[in-house]
Parts: sequence; structure tokens; C-alpha cells
Amino acid sequence: MEFLRPASLTEALEAKAAHPDATPIAGGTDLMVELNFDKRRPSALLDLTGVAELAEWDTDGGSGGDPGGDPGGDTVRLGACVPYSRIIGELGGRLPGLAMAARTVGSPQIRNRGTVGGNLGSASPAGDAHPPLLAAGAAVEAASTRGSRRIPAAEFFHGPKRSALAADELVVAVHLPVATGPQQFSKVGTRNAMVIAVCSFSLALHPETGAVGTGIGSAGPTPLRAEDAQLFAAAELEGRWEAPGPLPDSVLRRFGELVAAAAKPIDDVRGTAEYRRHALAVLARRTLTWAWDDYRTGSWSRCA
Amino acid sequence: MTRSSTERADTTAGIGGSPIRPDGALKVKGEFAYSSDLWAEDMLWGATLRSPHPHARITAVRIGKALALPGVHAVLTHDDVPGRNRFGLEHADQPVLAEDVVRYQGEPVAVVAADHPETARRAAALIEVDYDVLDPVTDPETALADGTPALHPDGNLVRHVRIRRGDPEPAAPVVVTGEYTVGMQDQAFLGPESGMAVPAEDGGVDLYVATQWLHVDQRQIAESLGVPQEKVRITLAGVGGAFGAREDLSMQVHACMLAMHTGKPVKFVYGREESFFGHVHRHPAVMRYEHGATEDGRLVYVRARILLDGGAYASTTSAVVGNAATLGVGPYEVPNAHVDAFGLYTNNPPCGAMRGFGAVQACFGYESQMDKLAAALGMDPVDLRVRNAVREGSTMPTGQVIDSAAPVAELLRLVRDKPMPAPVGDAEGVADPRELPGGVSNTTRGEGVRRGVGYGVGIKNVAFSEGFDDYSTARVRLEVIGGEPVVSVHTAAAEVGQGLVTLQAQIARTELGVHQVTILPADTAVGSAGSSSASRQSYVTGGAVKAACEAVRAEVLAIAADVLPAGGELYLNGGKVIASTGEAVADVAALLGDRVVEHTVEWRHRPTQPLDPATGQGNAHVQYAFAAHRAVVDVDTELGLVRVVELACAQDVGRALNPQAVVGQIQGGSAQGLGLAVMEEIQVVGGKVVNPSFTDYLIPTILDMPPMPIDVLELADPHAPYGLRGVGEPPTISATPAIVAAVRAATGAALTRIPIRPEHVVFTTVEDGGHSS
Repeated sequence: MEFLRPASLTEALEAKAAHPDATPIAGGTDLMVELNFDKRRPSALLDLTGVAELAEWDTDGGSGGDPGGDPGGDTVRLGACVPYSRIIGELGGRLPGLAMAARTVGSPQIRNRGTVGGNLGSASPAGDAHPPLLAAGAAVEAASTRGSRRIPAAEFFHGPKRSALAADELVVAVHLPVATGPQQFSKVGTRNAMVIAVCSFSLALHPETGAVGTGIGSAGPTPLRAEDAQLFAAAELEGRWEAPGPLPDSVLRRFGELVAAAAKPIDDVRGTAEYRRHALAVLARRTLTWAWDDYRTGSWSRCA
Repeated sequence: MTRSSTERADTTAGIGGSPIRPDGALKVKGEFAYSSDLWAEDMLWGATLRSPHPHARITAVRIGKALALPGVHAVLTHDDVPGRNRFGLEHADQPVLAEDVVRYQGEPVAVVAADHPETARRAAALIEVDYDVLDPVTDPETALADGTPALHPDGNLVRHVRIRRGDPEPAAPVVVTGEYTVGMQDQAFLGPESGMAVPAEDGGVDLYVATQWLHVDQRQIAESLGVPQEKVRITLAGVGGAFGAREDLSMQVHACMLAMHTGKPVKFVYGREESFFGHVHRHPAVMRYEHGATEDGRLVYVRARILLDGGAYASTTSAVVGNAATLGVGPYEVPNAHVDAFGLYTNNPPCGAMRGFGAVQACFGYESQMDKLAAALGMDPVDLRVRNAVREGSTMPTGQVIDSAAPVAELLRLVRDKPMPAPVGDAEGVADPRELPGGVSNTTRGEGVRRGVGYGVGIKNVAFSEGFDDYSTARVRLEVIGGEPVVSVHTAAAEVGQGLVTLQAQIARTELGVHQVTILPADTAVGSAGSSSASRQSYVTGGAVKAACEAVRAEVLAIAADVLPAGGELYLNGGKVIASTGEAVADVAALLGDRVVEHTVEWRHRPTQPLDPATGQGNAHVQYAFAAHRAVVDVDTELGLVRVVELACAQDVGRALNPQAVVGQIQGGSAQGLGLAVMEEIQVVGGKVVNPSFTDYLIPTILDMPPMPIDVLELADPHAPYGLRGVGEPPTISATPAIVAAVRAATGAALTRIPIRPEHVVFTTVEDGGHSS
């Protein structure tokens, strides 16, 4: 197995162009498990940990990475190799949904290593970062020596562990709108920590547009959006944004049903399809309750 | 209680103290040398080719391509097994390397030695095996049925134990029945199977390996290598957990064969996935129980049928069946008992020893029944248990009279009377997510959460039963080194993490009044210590070390008596000979000079008897041990997620030789019981394991283990050394049913299967006919 270790993004893209079979590795929290279990034997590894450009985030209001500063801006450009622990520590205000998902990833050691870029590279339907990217309307920045492009998160996932990336492309960043409303992430696992999702759900409220974003994890061949549920919730919230009261239970339940209906779960070692649908309905109902309550009380913005 | 007169030696590092364990800091800092760290100049790496099929006929094995790979030194198959191609703890029914048939997924077919572990693995993959795939027998009920093909020459029944006591056709006014299922739990030790075999010039082999019983390994290895036992010398390597999973051979014979074939040291280290195929698991069970009681809650009878899936090879299935049967009604007085326990061969993964050993499965059955009976009677579940609890002098269903403390009622009262934990959250009810079901995954802020409380009490036999000649050997030496008296203790007892090395030194300090004690490496240069299992090593090897120390002490005191003025009893303390007046009358170092005092003692607990094959009557067990738990759980009833809030335990240990180690055993055993209750299961579909990894075989983390208020009782057993009672297994047994009972109490769901999965909680019909979701 060849081990390629570029020192810059340019070198990395050249290496990927020259070795399209090379598998990129950042934190290695997913890939090394596969290698250790002999599930994969790539011809080459492309180690991205030496590429400084990938390990930073910034906003369109200025450069980031300084937890004390506030660069402002409407969009965060999150480098592919920023570990979850930094997302939790530095971006909890701007990207609350992603930060909440990051808190549920593995153990502290795994969160120190694992990255959103790696999660996208694996493109597992169970990837914890995916639902909040879908809910927030994120875009994946893919680059090659041919140039770069942005792929909406909703178009990125093509199948179990298959994505829109071309063989010579690398995920270099994710672009996420800075939250303008409450966001939530919930995941079901059979252990109280360090668990792969049986199913997960992320929600983002966008008060400025009246839209509602959703993301479903581990309940289909790819991470999914619950589009009917989004439209239903947006319609129900229309007119409520200005003078928000509690949402009727019927709305919460219908939202849950529509989220469950959008899932395409299977029975597997972690849970049954029936349970996954049931649990998603519960998670959707609860997260919408929490997010809307946070919006009503204004408490969500305090942590921003 | 009275303490033996030998215990006048001071020292907090003796019996009753909790001295720092010698391996503790090394393990915490990652510096302890485990068996996977073994290394020798010029060593080769072993790899194993395993069957992908649970049942198949091998029609051809071609090793040419593997042998041709550069770096490969040997590729061996069953043809190359020098001695008997069979091993097994109770029945030699398992091939070292498969011959014509493979009977489980993962069965070893060939082994390779190469100069690099990756080369060895690649070579193993190049071995071509032609299989005729056969239908697997995957259900023990099917295995037992007439007409099912026999997987072994003597059929599919490994053992059937019948317990018959009292009226064969009893009747009672209140009857409850239930069927209960136990999934396959794994020991989930962290140190995978590993060891190194070094060929010796005498034609034998030196093996360094993580195991639980050196001498039973030695016997089996020698038979398969076709060499005299003394040509196989075994030294215990660092053990990364055992829990029963290292009782059977794994890589031992393979490494020795390859070492003797190549003339080079050969090391094996199983990977994590391979480890799931490299050792036996806890027997899954299907159990049918019928309990009859009077209206005021006295048990009249218990009928039980317990089916244990032994998998492809017998391992310790016979003894597990014996335990499940003899302990099958629990720690209760039952005048009429009718128990049938069966162990079957199937094509599922082989099952054998795991902490609790047959008592775990039965306890889930009888404790579930006691709760069901309490509900039928409208009684408090603790009151019902207390009313029927055994005590000293009670007769077990085997006819054996319990002849030492059996404080079952007291243990139950202790856990019941503990203060209840507070509801989670602050004054406004806002809780840290880690305190709620679902934990850090942020699934609830209290919605759907209901609290439940449940109880469990269990019984376990300590040490080997049913007439087994169960002994341990200790060699103790006292000599003067650098002007100081120094004791060395040599046994073959396996330190598997339980703290036996600490305890052996404590015993020597107490008995000989000498502070400096060296525990020599465990190896086969001294006689057998028996297995580090069945909660027996403190009792049996502890007993042997104590006895050897007593022999040494007697000789030292005899020497002292020769040179000192006559009169009075002498003892040893602080490196001195002490007179009955308390006066130091001689210095041990001066007294001995160059003289070395050494004694080797083979020590046995009192004998047990076999069970009568027709009635299961007999004094089969040495000692009974008991623990009780109260579990308090919060359950998210909508998602089926469980958070155990508190797990109180009370256990009688006879005498806490090392109080800190006792508490550690209770905490660890309870954690393993919690795992079986709510998450741990090897899932087997069509004979194949579908979750052989720690990604999907989940064990409890620190966020799953709750605080544990623990009461340790010390009611001495007069038959045991220091009055001790085995500690390791009882807490594993009763934790599980207590937690399940608590989840039932919170949800109303019947929950007859463990581990509980979220879908069971959500979709199981509640017992009053409603629905829990």
C-alpha cells in the first residue's frame, strides 16, 4: 500500500489526480476500522493531515479559527479536516445542529480525530454529520486539479457509501449557512454514549425564510430529507413566526408521521425497520417541540 | 466473627487490607506487558484460515499458492497435527484443525507461519478449500428432536440433567408460567487471544500464553502434539481479561505445531473480529418455568425446562447444564422441584464458560417468575422472595443442605432499604442529557421517561462441583536475602485481572509476618492451581498458599523452639518470632541465616459428590454464594431506551480478604450483568455471527454504569480458608433480572427476552393487555 502525504492542497489534488484509486484519510476513525478488519485494501492512502488549508474554518465575514473573535458573516466555510472537537468548541453558536451531532460522535478521542470531510468521504447513511448538513442546506465543496464545485448536500449522497465525488476529487470544505433559527439533532442508540445511530434526525428552523429543514440518518440507503414534512411544517408555521405560541399536538404528530414516512429503513443488526420509523416519528415530534420552544422563548440565540 | 489465631500479624498489606496491586499502575499507564506484546528475536507470525460456513464438508484443501508466497515458512493442516487431532475440556470432540467437516463459522482449517503478520494473513487467504455446504442445525430444540441429523457421533445431546424432588405431581392454588429467552453474551475481554511458542532443544516447546488454567492447556496441547506433558512448558503471559473465554484452547496448539515445525518462535495475536470466533460464548437459553404457590405466597413447586445451546463443540457445556439444573429454582425453599436442563450441539458458535456459568440464565428465568408470581398474588416482590428465601440449614432441590451462612433475606432487605435515588435534574427538572435515557444522543428532555424499580437475587456454586477433584498447589519459600527475610510464592494460578497476585502476597504476609513477598511468575514448573474460574481462586489457591505458609511457619517455629527457652506458643510478626507474651524473642533473619525453608502443598476443598443421574440428588457443591440487587431505571417509554439510574448490591463474601478488590468484583460483575440486560448480544443468523466487532457488540461505558451503593457482609463459612466465600460471579447473576424487572415496572411490558432491545420495550404488549407505546 502506498502512503501519500501531500503538504498543501495543490499537492493533494495533484496526488489524487495521479492516483484516483487512493483513499483519502483524515482522522482515520472510519477508514482505519475498515483496514483493520480487512474490509478494504486500498492501493494507496492519501493522508490529508499535513494539508493546513483543510484544517481551518472561516466565514464570509472574515477568517475564523479564533474562538475569541467574531468574524461575523452569513456562511461558514468549514475545512474538511476540522475535527469534531473543534466544531463543538468553536462553532456551537453558528452551527448548532452540526455541533450537537458532533457531540454524539464516538468518544472524546474519536471526536479529536474525526472530521466532517471524512464522514462525507465515507458517505455512510449512518454518518452523524449528514442529517444536520441536509437540514441546514449545506453545500459540499469538491475540488480537483480540474477546478472546484459546490454540491448541495441533498445531491451529494448517491447510495450506501456512494457519493457524487468524482474519482479525482477531494472534499475540501463544507459551506453552511450560519444558523438564523434553532436547530436540533437527536440520535437513537442502544447505549448512552459511543454508539452508531440506529436512526437519527436533524431539524433546522429558518425564521427569515419561513422554511424548515430536515435530515434523516441511518434509515435509508442514504441520509434523507423529509420533504413532505418540511413543506407541512413550513405551512403550519406560516403566520406563527410573528406571535409564536405552542404548536398543537396534532401538528407535532403529523410532522412526526411525515418524517417517518420519508424514511426507507431496513431491518439490520442495529434495529428493525418498524422501530426506526417509530423512533423517527418520536424524534421529529420532540425536536420540533424543542426548536419551536427555543424560538418562542428566544433562548436559542443566547448560545449563539 | 472470630478470626484465626494465625492472624495476629499486623500490616495493612496482609489479609483484610487493600494494598496497591502490583500490576495496577502499569495497566493504567499502558505499560503492562500483555500476551500480545510478546516478542522474540527471529520470531514468525501465525495466522489461521477459518471456515466461512457454519456447516460444510471439506472436499479438498490446496496449500500450494500459500506456500509459494515469499516469507511463508509453513502451512499446516489437520494432516500435520502430530498427536491426537482432538481437544476439549470435558469431551475431546474438537479438532485442532478441521478434517472432513466444519461445524461452525470460524472453525480453524489451516494455519500459516510467516515472517510478517500481513504475509501470514495473505497466505492464509491463498489457501484453497473446497466445501460442500450443508444445512446448519441452528435451533437447539431442533437439535434435540428425533430425526435431526447428528452433528457428532453420539448425537446432539451433550447432557441432560434431571432434578426430581418431592411430589412428582404437585398442585397449588396459584400457578404462573412463563417462557424466557437469553441471547448469546460474549465475555468481551479487551486483550485478544495471543501467545508465543518457542521450540526447545529437547524436542519440546515453551509456550507463553494468556490463559486461565495452565495445566489443562498443557495436558491438551501435549496430547495433540504427541509429546509427553513435561515437554510442553507453559508460562502465563499478561492476561487482558478472561471471564471464562480463555478456558478453552484457541491458538495454543497451532502456535506450538508451527514452532516445532519451523524451529522458530511463533506468535499469534487474533484481531478483534477474529477474537469473536476465537473463543466460546455464554450459552443462549430457552427456559420454560411453572411456579406453584399457596395463597399466602409460599412456593409449593417449580417445574422448569432449560434448553442451553452449546454450539458446535461441547467445551464446558456439561458443567453449565449441571449448574443451570442444580441452581435452577434459585435461592428459594422449594419442596417439590422438577427440573430438566439440556445442553445441545448445534452449528452455532461454541458456547462454554462465562462468569455465572449456567446460573445466569436460570436466574433470569426464576427471578422473572418470582415477579410474575408476586403480581399474581398481589404481593410485594421483595416480601415474596424473603418469605421463600433459603437460609443456613435449608435443603436445595438436590437434597444438599446449605451448611453455612445463606443470608438471602437479609441481602434483599439491605438493598430494599437503601434510600431511593433522587429524580434526575435540577429544581426545575432540567437534566444533563447524560442523566437521561439516550444519554449524550439528546433524545429526550424528560418526555416519555418513567422510573421503575426492580429486584433480583441469585445463587452460585463456588469452585468445581459434582465430584471433581478440585485442588491447587502452592510452593512457599522463606529465606534471608540481604539480611531481610523474604518470602516467595510460586503457583500456576492465572492472574486474569482479579487481583490474585495481590491476594497471594497478602496471605503470605499475614501467615509469615514478613513484609517482603515475591510472587513468582505462574508456570507449569509447579503443580496445577486449577482454573481461574468458578469464583474459586481465593478459596482454593488462597487455601493452598495459606497451607504452604503454615507448613513453612511450623518449621520456622520449630527451629525457634530448638534454640529458645521452652514455653508458650510462638508466632511470626514483623520479621520476628513473637512469644505469647507479645515479646519479640528472635529475629527471623538471624534465626534462619543461610537456611531456606520451603514447602509445597497440594490443597483440596472438601469433596463433592456426583449427581444421581435419575434424580439429580447429591451434595454436588462445595459452597453457595449469594448476591442481591435493586435496580432503579429511567426508561424512555416512547423510544424504548433505558438508563440505569442506580444499582444497589448486597453480597455476602464470608470474609473480605481485600475489601477494595471485593468491591471491584461487585462493580465489574454488575456491569457485565447490566450489559446482558440491555445491550450485549452476539447476533447469530443461520449460524453466522452478524456483529463480530465492538462497533455492534456493545458493552456498557462509564455513562451506562450508574452509581452502586454496595453492602458487603462477612458471615464466615467455617469450611473455607479465613471463612471466605467466592466473590466474582454472584453480582453478574442478579444484576440482570433486577434491571429487567425495573424496566418492566417502568413500562408494563412483559419483556421475556434478554438483552432487552428498544423495539421490545416499545412494541411488547403490556401484561394487562394494553400497549406500552
